[in-house]
Amino acid sequence: MTSKYEEQTTMGDNTEAKSGGVVSSVVNWIDDRIPMTRVWNMHIAQYPAPKNFNFWYLFGSLAILVLVNQIVTGIWLTMNFVPSAEGAFASVEYIMRDVEYGWLLRYLHSTGASAFFVVVYLHMFRGMIYGSYQKPRELLWLFGMLIFLALMAEAFMGYLLPWGQMSFWGAQVIISLFGAIPVIGEDLTQWIRGDYVISGATLNRFFALHVIALPLVLVILVFLHIVALHEVGSNNPDGIEIKRKKGSVAEEDKPKFKFHEYYTNKKDVVDAIPFHPYYTVKDVLGVAGFLILFCWVVFFMPEMNGFFLEAPNFEAANPLKTPEHIFPVWYFTPFYAILRAIPDKLAGVVAMGASIVMLALLPWLDRGKVRSIRYRSIWHKLNIAQFVVTFLILGWAGATPQTVFSTILSQICTVTYFMFFVLLYVYSKNEVTKPLPTRLTK
Amino acid sequence: MSNAPVDNSRRRFLTIATSVVGGVGAAGAAVPFIASWNPSERAKSAGAPVEVDISKLEPGQLIRVEWRGKPVWVIYRTPKMLEQMKQHEDQLRDPNSDEAQQLESAKNSYRSKREEIFVAVGICTHLGCSPTFMNGGFGEKVEGTADGFFCPCHGSKFDMAGRVFQNVPAPLNLEIPPYVFLDDTTILVGEEEGVA
Repeated sequence: MTSKYEEQTTMGDNTEAKSGGVVSSVVNWIDDRIPMTRVWNMHIAQYPAPKNFNFWYLFGSLAILVLVNQIVTGIWLTMNFVPSAEGAFASVEYIMRDVEYGWLLRYLHSTGASAFFVVVYLHMFRGMIYGSYQKPRELLWLFGMLIFLALMAEAFMGYLLPWGQMSFWGAQVIISLFGAIPVIGEDLTQWIRGDYVISGATLNRFFALHVIALPLVLVILVFLHIVALHEVGSNNPDGIEIKRKKGSVAEEDKPKFKFHEYYTNKKDVVDAIPFHPYYTVKDVLGVAGFLILFCWVVFFMPEMNGFFLEAPNFEAANPLKTPEHIFPVWYFTPFYAILRAIPDKLAGVVAMGASIVMLALLPWLDRGKVRSIRYRSIWHKLNIAQFVVTFLILGWAGATPQTVFSTILSQICTVTYFMFFVLLYVYSKNEVTKPLPTRLTK
Repeated sequence: MSNAPVDNSRRRFLTIATSVVGGVGAAGAAVPFIASWNPSERAKSAGAPVEVDISKLEPGQLIRVEWRGKPVWVIYRTPKMLEQMKQHEDQLRDPNSDEAQQLESAKNSYRSKREEIFVAVGICTHLGCSPTFMNGGFGEKVEGTADGFFCPCHGSKFDMAGRVFQNVPAPLNLEIPPYVFLDDTTILVGEEEGVA
């Protein structure tokens, strides 16, 4: 902790606070009561970020943008949605047809759900290729995995709310998964549903969780994710640290920017630039590009040929008739394919759960000391490549009506999915890597 | 990093241009959120004109119909009621209906299209209660006037043309909705020859 005197000097260096205007006196008044300027400097204006961030580093800020979109459009949808088995389907039609711009608010929300997963999957893939989960960023990665779990729960519960055929039967299948648990399974599913079948009781509790509980959890986890990130600092495409031992960096090698003492007191920082304005401007560019794609989907293909909004969901829930083809929204299909690949109820559920647990365990499964794919062995590159192909094939297989071919394919890919982690554990111990650069490259 | 000198005017231009474009975008994005609070198409259709059958309306009787969720009174005024309305004009705030509480077609001493048939929105212009029709008992409120409307909430008084008396909280005469006689015994409330 720095003393108040030092804080004021720092502040003077970088804001107009000393000019003595009305703005600065208001800022001073606030700073005496809450650490506004200090937090701004520490986490934005004087936060040292590696200078070599590339395209892959846009998805964190985009995820926050989509989260804000989901929260705001969600609040607005809640204004007209009726959370009851009798009223839900009709109220969604009402939003689509009668509420001014209701169609836009709903499509922003439904497209936002898919966009959230696109962005999060790319964000996670970035972490995988650059080894961002490795020490000391294990907890950062775990918070990210918890966000991913909360997001899946949030998306699943949200999909029940329109009370269409796919809402109903999708929820029926997913809740029945818990029935695979020995002994308590059946009672557990009944407890989750609050009825003998999916009913208004289920809808109402999912609504409460979807609009209040899980968003709160998500926001808190995102906050912790960022706190953890700023404590350890960002990784980068080279996977080498920009924070060096204090006194180990020559004065002329230090960047010509002012960074907050919180970082420079303990370490010497090299090859860094302040987050603001350098990466805020870069993120603005990312946001603009993202919004072009996002709006194109919202306005021209919000159903995305049945991948974002499925056709059976335009029919009200009917507990007596299952739609002909039933599969989850695209972002669940890779895990759903693993579930379907295994011809045993309990083993299928366990495999699906394990496929996510393995991701969370990456920091400990990867025993390598080199982070970035740029300097790792050909085996690692091939392994990541096969993992990407596996994930895409599983995603396709999970969204296809089950045939002999798709089942065999899912089974092969389930094996290769888990082989990724096994192989990683094996070869990373004594991996032959390229020499790391001492400083960040372009 | 490039060593080119910083061109501050170019940088300022780019900052301002980006801010303006971003600001316009944010303002545009706010439109659907603000507009969605307007009455929906369903609310608007619930606000459609309503037909009232007055064939069974007796002299001195009041019937209420709902239009846009508000009570609308239709009253068959007796000749006696019409006569007494001329006696107390000096006690009214706005006897000639100068305030725009009615369309031009109802701006007359009876505040109606037909002398005997009175149509009004039954909501006090003070704070929105619905006044009580005192058929014959209004004399205790205003001496010499047998019939009128008395608001139970804050004591505002109106005569049989919905005109407000002086020294009460209500500032304006009762509102006369747009209406039209479709035939001798049918009134359409909410529309007056295309004026909604």
